[in-house]
Amino acid sequence: MKYLLMIYMNDDVFESLSEAERNAIFAGHEQFMPKIRESGEFVGTAALSNPTQSKTVRVRDGVTSATDGPYIETKEYLAGYYAVDCESLDRAIELAAMIPDAGLTAIEVRPVMDESGLEI
Amino acid sequence: MSQGDGAHGRRIEGLLRDAAPRVLGVLVRRYGEFDECEDAVQEALLAASQQWPATGVPDNPRAWLVTVASRRLTDQVRSNIARRRREEAVATMAGGDQLVAPAADDPILDRDDTLTVLLLCCHPSLPPPSQAALTLRAVGGLTTAEIARAYFVPEATMAQRISRAKQRIKADGARFETPGDPELSERMRVVMQVLYLIFNEGYTATSGTALARADLTREAMRLVRTVHELRPDDGEAAGLLALMLLTDARRPARTGPSGELVPLAEQNRGLWDGDAMAAGLALLAETLPHGPVGPYQVQAAIAAVHAEAPHADNTDWPQILSLYDLLAVLAPNPMVTLNRVVALAMVFGPRAGLDELSALDEDPQLAGHHRIDAVRAHLLDMAGDAAAARHAYEAAARKTTSVPERRYLLARAARLATD
Repeated sequence: MKYLLMIYMNDDVFESLSEAERNAIFAGHEQFMPKIRESGEFVGTAALSNPTQSKTVRVRDGVTSATDGPYIETKEYLAGYYAVDCESLDRAIELAAMIPDAGLTAIEVRPVMDESGLEI
Repeated sequence: MSQGDGAHGRRIEGLLRDAAPRVLGVLVRRYGEFDECEDAVQEALLAASQQWPATGVPDNPRAWLVTVASRRLTDQVRSNIARRRREEAVATMAGGDQLVAPAADDPILDRDDTLTVLLLCCHPSLPPPSQAALTLRAVGGLTTAEIARAYFVPEATMAQRISRAKQRIKADGARFETPGDPELSERMRVVMQVLYLIFNEGYTATSGTALARADLTREAMRLVRTVHELRPDDGEAAGLLALMLLTDARRPARTGPSGELVPLAEQNRGLWDGDAMAAGLALLAETLPHGPVGPYQVQAAIAAVHAEAPHADNTDWPQILSLYDLLAVLAPNPMVTLNRVVALAMVFGPRAGLDELSALDEDPQLAGHHRIDAVRAHLLDMAGDAAAARHAYEAAARKTTSVPERRYLLARAARLATD
């Protein structure tokens, strides 16, 4: 079963850390990667830039517009993800807890939809 | 590619897949070390698939593969020795010179260890995804890239999974031999589970991914057929093969023109594969009288009752209900429980089914599962309670992790909204 482990970030919290604490977070990711590669559970990963760099694209009546934003209300935003293929939800939760940001902000664990289906 | 090349290519591929576990068996019997032998066989298969289309298939393909795989293994042993020499400055192992290929008339070539290889790949110490991956590679002769493609994971991830599985087997001290009963029956049960899992991965695929996965269905059926041929008296091997034939026969009717799921009751039965149905029915009829009856035979019997109904309205539901009653004793699981409720509703009416269903809400294995909402929706729909049915369809749609199932459930909900 595939899960997306979504890493949430809060700029205020992250900026309040000492450099050593921030380095510990980066080092934590460096350690997490080989772990899920070695276990044969790694599917993909990406780190996202700060949402100040986002554009929002809309198509209305065939016309495309790209605007700055979105300007989110909440302090926490999606900062990156790991996609894993693991045996159970329990294992996905265990993996999420290994991501250093879990100790700082939060990781959202959500199943990836499957293209397979059984007729009823 | 011309048609001739295609047929030639397919012939070579078929030859290689049949040969894979037998060649591996020969190597493991000669040299031990399942892990290294498996890598060497994989390399020999690759060499054959590259060379044979041009040079032609050798007179004794298995002897060719054993020779090439043995050479690869020799190279590997030599390079391991060289590495150890470099590392330790001591030769810790005798030279690989004893590793010579057998002559083409060596009786070891005629030995068929396919079942032993299969039992090892489905070793109970491995998690099911690893059992499936290792089986597809070592028994099915598929490449890691092909397996990775079928399971939508990076090739490096699949390679790692296979390599870990082999290490785990080694660490567990699993021996290359076929155990006697009762262990053999228990181990065969795991083998069947793995093959059925591989089959379903392929069978349940819909339009978007069907091409990448159709191979899994074909491969699972080929392997079950092999097991059935090796163990003709194993009723469950025959039962599983019949179940797969009867299920796969419905494949052309199970999705609509835009890839949507079509429920069994609404399938155009004219699209069912008549030959596969007939083969499944014949195999089951041959097997059932010999007993003991196991869960795959019962599931095949249920599929057979559906197959024998010219139209959904002619389905012998009392017969299906009694088969689910039997299955609930032989191999109880949440899906059997829910399917039994549907059969019960078809015999005694939707209210009887709904009463049974409310008792299941407390079941920890089923609580919160989208299928319980889907069955409830279906039964409410049958009972004519459109508003409640729609609500339940939508609840199921929000919970399912399957794109085609969500699409189906939302379509049912929408249909009730417009009525």
